[in-house]
Amino acid sequence: MRAFDVRVQADPFDIADEIAAMSGTGDVGAVVSFTGYCRADKSETGIDGALAALVLEHYPGMAEAEMERLMDEARTRWPLLGARIIHRHGRIVPGEQIVLVVTSSAHRDAAFAAASFLMDWLKTNAPFWKKEERAGGGDWVAAKDSDTDAALRWTKG
Amino acid sequence: MKVLYFAWLRERVGHGEENVSPPEEVRTIADLARWLATLSAGHAHAFENPAVVRAALDHRHAKPDAAIAGVREVAFFPPMTGG
Repeated sequence: MRAFDVRVQADPFDIADEIAAMSGTGDVGAVVSFTGYCRADKSETGIDGALAALVLEHYPGMAEAEMERLMDEARTRWPLLGARIIHRHGRIVPGEQIVLVVTSSAHRDAAFAAASFLMDWLKTNAPFWKKEERAGGGDWVAAKDSDTDAALRWTKG
Repeated sequence: MKVLYFAWLRERVGHGEENVSPPEEVRTIADLARWLATLSAGHAHAFENPAVVRAALDHRHAKPDAAIAGVREVAFFPPMTGG
């Protein structure tokens, strides 16, 4: 398994396996992981009814390319020993995983910061779109200003 | 030139992909969006508010004033909501 890798897949991922793949070499002192899940609690589109599922659409080819570029940018900012970004596509029901970011470094500061950076930029730059499926219908989730703000806090200068 | 649409732009246009041959005066992404909007009612609906449409040239994000000369694939999509 490569130390730096991005994957877009329909299937769930095994968090323990992905974390284990990043550690076990003597130089890694810190592994940080973030997992994003499909949440059922509130409507972001104004359509009533419980969330049945999110349908994740992506741009094949560009999604992987953009995730690679984000990873390259993270590597220029922090001394990472490994990183992994996995993003699922297709129909995902509440409680299921959507995204995984894992980073490894000699020390925790770099691993924490790089994981946070990758998630923030992933949300605003990687070509994925969520559509909500509810009893009352379906609609596309709108981008949030708070996500844009979170990404911009990493902008240099 | 191949044009791709994603999310609600794809739904409004009615398909996710098409090959187009815009006239010579169509030079930028913004020009192309204006020209595509004339192709059908669905296209017009998709591009009715250009401020909420993003674009990519050959798999890279690009601004509305970016030139499309020599580009193989142009994609239009709403702001991203992954993660």
